[in-house]
Amino acid sequence: MSNTVAVASHPEPDNNYWTAGYGLKSWLLTTDHKRIAILYLIMISVFFVIGGLFAVLIRLELLTPAGDLVSSDTYNKLFTLHGLVMIFFFLIPSIPAVMGNFLIPIMIGARDLAFPRINLLSWYVFAIGGMTTFAVVLFGGVDTGWTFYTPYSSTYSKTAVGLTAIGVFITGFSSILTGLNFVVTIHKMRAPGLTWFRLPLFVWAHYATSLIMLIGTPVVAITILLVFLERVFGVGIFDPALGGDPVLFQHLFWFYSHPAVYIMILPSMGVISEVVACFSRKRIFGYGFVAFSSLAIAVLGFLIWGHHMFTSGQSILAGMVFSILTMLVAIPSAVKVFNWTATMYKGSISFETPMIYVFGFLGLFTVGGLTGLFLGALGLDVHVHDTYFVVAHFHYIMVGGAIMGYLAALHFWWPKITGKLYSEAWAKLSAIIIFIGFNLTFFPQFLVGYLGMPRRYHVYPDEFQIFHILSTAGASILAIGYAFPAFYLIWSLFRGEAAPANPWNAKGLEWTVPSPPPKHNFDTIPVVKEEAYDYSRLEEEVV
Amino acid sequence: MSEGHSGLVAHQFETAEQQKETVNLGMWAFLITEVMMFGALFSAYGFYRAQYPAAFAAGSDHLNYFMGAFNTAVLICSSLTMALGVQAAQQGKRKGIILFLLLTILLGGIFLGVKVLEYADKYEHHLMPGINFSVDSPFAAQIELFYCFYFAMTGLHALHMIVGIAILGTLVVLSYRRRFSANYYNPVEMAGLYWHFVDIVWIFLFPFLYLIGRS
Ligand code: HEM
Ligand SMILES: [Cu+2]
Repeated sequence: MSNTVAVASHPEPDNNYWTAGYGLKSWLLTTDHKRIAILYLIMISVFFVIGGLFAVLIRLELLTPAGDLVSSDTYNKLFTLHGLVMIFFFLIPSIPAVMGNFLIPIMIGARDLAFPRINLLSWYVFAIGGMTTFAVVLFGGVDTGWTFYTPYSSTYSKTAVGLTAIGVFITGFSSILTGLNFVVTIHKMRAPGLTWFRLPLFVWAHYATSLIMLIGTPVVAITILLVFLERVFGVGIFDPALGGDPVLFQHLFWFYSHPAVYIMILPSMGVISEVVACFSRKRIFGYGFVAFSSLAIAVLGFLIWGHHMFTSGQSILAGMVFSILTMLVAIPSAVKVFNWTATMYKGSISFETPMIYVFGFLGLFTVGGLTGLFLGALGLDVHVHDTYFVVAHFHYIMVGGAIMGYLAALHFWWPKITGKLYSEAWAKLSAIIIFIGFNLTFFPQFLVGYLGMPRRYHVYPDEFQIFHILSTAGASILAIGYAFPAFYLIWSLFRGEAAPANPWNAKGLEWTVPSPPPKHNFDTIPVVKEEAYDYSRLEEEVV
Repeated sequence: MSEGHSGLVAHQFETAEQQKETVNLGMWAFLITEVMMFGALFSAYGFYRAQYPAAFAAGSDHLNYFMGAFNTAVLICSSLTMALGVQAAQQGKRKGIILFLLLTILLGGIFLGVKVLEYADKYEHHLMPGINFSVDSPFAAQIELFYCFYFAMTGLHALHMIVGIAILGTLVVLSYRRRFSANYYNPVEMAGLYWHFVDIVWIFLFPFLYLIGRS
């Protein structure tokens, strides 16, 4: 790759995307993918804090078996808003809209995404959807759970379901627009020589993610719109009393929302591939398998939604088919884990912060994935469905997996994005605190769920209290762990050392441009002449 | 900036060719999301239709198939004028673009006009779910379900028509200002794709809603 050459040909470091324009307007009207990524970063960070505050209240309430802190109605609203915010407003946009937005054009040697204005539009759509959903709090909140199950949501709930539906509906379009932009960009904007099989795996993962966004999101959008219509006009689309079928709602909802869990995890997997290769100084083992496993996950993901409905009254045959197909999706996930492990084998591993998050990811994702298999087993799921076992499962994957990946990405590319180095010591410390806090929070939930504690209840039998105390204690540690990066990362913006173009000595086009990158990324579009992750060659050059 | 002609190549592209291919793919990707969106509605409709065949057939009976057929013809004609508009654009015939796009807008307007008449008729006959629905039938609830879907599907389709007319209107103005030439007419072509897609949706809506199971 034109590695060293490219760095040398960018002598004016002052002309980067941060300094390319000043003032609020230059940010709010920007079409630069890097600035839009920053806009997203700010917004989802705010959402993360808000979603976290709801979680704090939930955990405090659960400290004691009695429902003493909040009423049961309020508790319902707390877990609903927590789920809505974390899933639709934090996790789904997190890595794609921030990291993908920033990195994909640079990684493929383009000056921007294919449609920069649509990119900005998607941010505004996201902001409007977010504000609409937050307006719900002013109207007394919403209590249906993030799953909007009918007919409770469409007929019986007395809360602001309609407005929430509109908020989520709007937000869906920002996801569609982002996915569309990525798919087209990856197809059409690659630099000369950058064939599909030379692409970084981060890009492959985002390609698969974007396909899911394109194909799945419209379905949930229309479904939520139907719930809205049913509510506003009092008709019976999903209400059995009026001839409608509530199970149909569940089918439509999970047709999107199961694949949506892969929208949340695939980008993280892409991050892991980049970071593992860099800190093992090795090419990814079985590149083709890892790339295609992303696509396999995207495709299989659309065939297994029924595993959320084993107890909903779908036919036994359907349950059996969904159960078997669910087992299949574990294969591509496992392929990835094995290939990352094989990549590390005999690599010269170093333990910088992003790599610590990768280890966190590997352990926690494995636990989450394996318990997913338990849940996918039809017979067992009848026992643990709607218990804390499920809650623990998906938190292991979404918080333990996806957010670890997000933090790995944030730390890996922070020097590139901001041009500043953060304090490794603080960063490592928080990564370890997060890992410990996470396990203490969620491992007890497997146990208490298996013993029969149902999810979404705020009063529970005394014998479960010890698990909830452990969990709340863990959550406090976790909260501290999450708070640290906010401080040392922001600190680094003002006091951090300037970052060189390639602080990790990593491969990939993004490391050939200065940190932070210039406004249009490349003066001349690079020509790619080698595979991704050619670390062996890099080592030779350095030696 | 690149060697593109007449300053119409955006900065992120290297060549006009690349820009054109990219925009094309973007449009197709967008149409895929549209297919999924209508597809979800169609499958929910199909599911209920299979569940309650008699009630849904009774619902179809209340629709005015003559108006539906007339509108189908109108839309097919509009697809023709749209295609002629795109052809005029390829040949760089400015007057042709303007003429055919205006004709397409006119036909789209007729379609929407007829739709308004139909909706008004449904209102008068108390067939508006959630507003004034009342039919005398043992399965009135399921007939109402049929009309929920009728309004949701044709409403969403009409919304797409309105957006399409707005797009075509914009293109007429741009064309009047000589923005297009035989070298650069991609927006017209893209609008054409969109318009044909919306027509095709109707081609499915018409038999599904008006014809199947009719007595
Ligand atoms: C390794 C493959 C996976 C398998 C086999 C699997 C299996 C399952 C099953 C069977 C359920 C339903 C349990 C029940 O409700 O009784 C479930 C729930 C859930 N899973 Fe997974 N899962 C996998 C990966 C993931 C991933 C990657 C995520 C997210 C990033 C995820 C997030 C969720 C969520 C959010 C729920 C609960 C939804 C709700 O009811 O609120 N899962 N999983
Ligand atoms: Cu699932």
